[in-house]
Amino acid sequence: MKPLTPVTPGAKVALGVAFFAVFFAVWSIATFGGFVQKTFLADPVSMFRSGWTLLTEMGFAKDIGMTVWRVVGGFVIAAVLALPLGVAMGAYKGVEAFFEPFVSFARYLPASAFIPLLILWAGIGEAQKLAVIFIGSFFSLVLMISVSVGNTRRDLVEAAYTLGSSDASLVRRVLVPGAAPEIAEILRTVLGWAWTYVIVAELIGASSGIGHMITDSQALLATDQIIFGIIVIGVIGLVSDLAFKWANRRLFPWAQLGR
Amino acid sequence: MGSILTVRGVERRFGQTLALRATDLDVAENDFITILGPSGCGKSTLLRIVAGLDHPTAGEVLLDGRRVVAPGADRGMVFQSYTLFPWLTVRENVCFGLVERGLPRAQQLEIADAFLGKVGLRGFEHHYPKQLSGGMQQRTAIARALANGPRMLLMDEPFGALDHQTRELMQELLLGIWEAEKKTVLFVTHDIDEAVFMGSRVVVMSARPGRIKLDRVVPLAHPRRYSVKTTPAFTELKAELTEQVRVEVRAAQEAAAPG
Repeated sequence: MKPLTPVTPGAKVALGVAFFAVFFAVWSIATFGGFVQKTFLADPVSMFRSGWTLLTEMGFAKDIGMTVWRVVGGFVIAAVLALPLGVAMGAYKGVEAFFEPFVSFARYLPASAFIPLLILWAGIGEAQKLAVIFIGSFFSLVLMISVSVGNTRRDLVEAAYTLGSSDASLVRRVLVPGAAPEIAEILRTVLGWAWTYVIVAELIGASSGIGHMITDSQALLATDQIIFGIIVIGVIGLVSDLAFKWANRRLFPWAQLGR
Repeated sequence: MGSILTVRGVERRFGQTLALRATDLDVAENDFITILGPSGCGKSTLLRIVAGLDHPTAGEVLLDGRRVVAPGADRGMVFQSYTLFPWLTVRENVCFGLVERGLPRAQQLEIADAFLGKVGLRGFEHHYPKQLSGGMQQRTAIARALANGPRMLLMDEPFGALDHQTRELMQELLLGIWEAEKKTVLFVTHDIDEAVFMGSRVVVMSARPGRIKLDRVVPLAHPRRYSVKTTPAFTELKAELTEQVRVEVRAAQEAAAPG
């Protein structure tokens, strides 16, 4: 293999699938071979079987729906508020100087540590779940969007001014469109983080959701169900990631050029 | 013909360093002035001050008798770096300033397509900048600046990043456009051939701190063809300017040498 030389598209897919095969093979050997006790780790077959039971008989689809709804809800609220603030901070240095120190501090506050407080404030209803996701993603979104807007090439800014742009139209016609593909990538990355926050939120004080199912299964020592829940999260995460990537490629064809 | 641009006692300091010594320059309607000098002599600084992108620490620039304080659409600029907006197609780049002026869409397209025709880019309207060669990008940048109908065109080594052959073709193209459109141009370069071939007047600047040390009318008739570069009048002026610039480059090197 030569460094940095691309592989053919076919080989790329085959290699990617191959690792999944290796992963399941090692798992099967460990469980069916009796190397690991069933109490600690269920085998793949009983995992899928109890996954089927969960979906068909125990209403797990509703849990999945709840979790997806919470992630999307909390994330959309965070993104809608973070976008204007991030753009304003990136474009106007005074706004940045005002907010940046606090946002940088708030970013390091662990969202999961807020859960007891949020339960106190908002109860164990949906507002608390959305709040956890919001806290987990909002501050990072603001900072990353602000950096990406602030990194606009200065010569493009100067070119716009010599073409007659006002300050407001510079923000609208140069800073925002120039940073848009990077902002879309930031949203994709942070959506991935939102998935980890929602499960944490559901592990404590929830009556539905994937995280809630996992806590229930722990009480029953049903490792097959726990693993199925984790895999469902992984699959949904992968699908939403691919959808985001696809949408970004469609929305910003120019950003794909010359890569 | 009265002068459209007056540079009066313009000086620029960067901290303790004097980059540009009190400079005077009068530019008449339809002048094509090339500014020649060693690198770091402040010729780009002078151009940026005329553009309103930089501010003099003393003196003033008057355009049609009005003091220049900020960049504006009346002074179109072409930069050495490629400053097309990468998210806009070639045609939308040329329309950028026209959108700023709020022209009706049909009129925008009419103007943009006319100028794209003049720089030989018909058929490339829907390409993105990254799909074009360096020479084509600079041609688009020239069309974009001209489409705005500016009083003056400011050019900061616009062909500096191009290979020799492309550069010579671009010189002829720009000269042809200037002869047809009768624009007033300030053109910064460090290429003596280019300065003589393009200019109706050549201005030579001294080593830092820069000042204008020589101002020559180029005694070559228009329209100029490439073959003019081998005429005695051309070579004579070129020889004189070469000598003048050499002295300044020497001076710049000695000033930079340690001890």
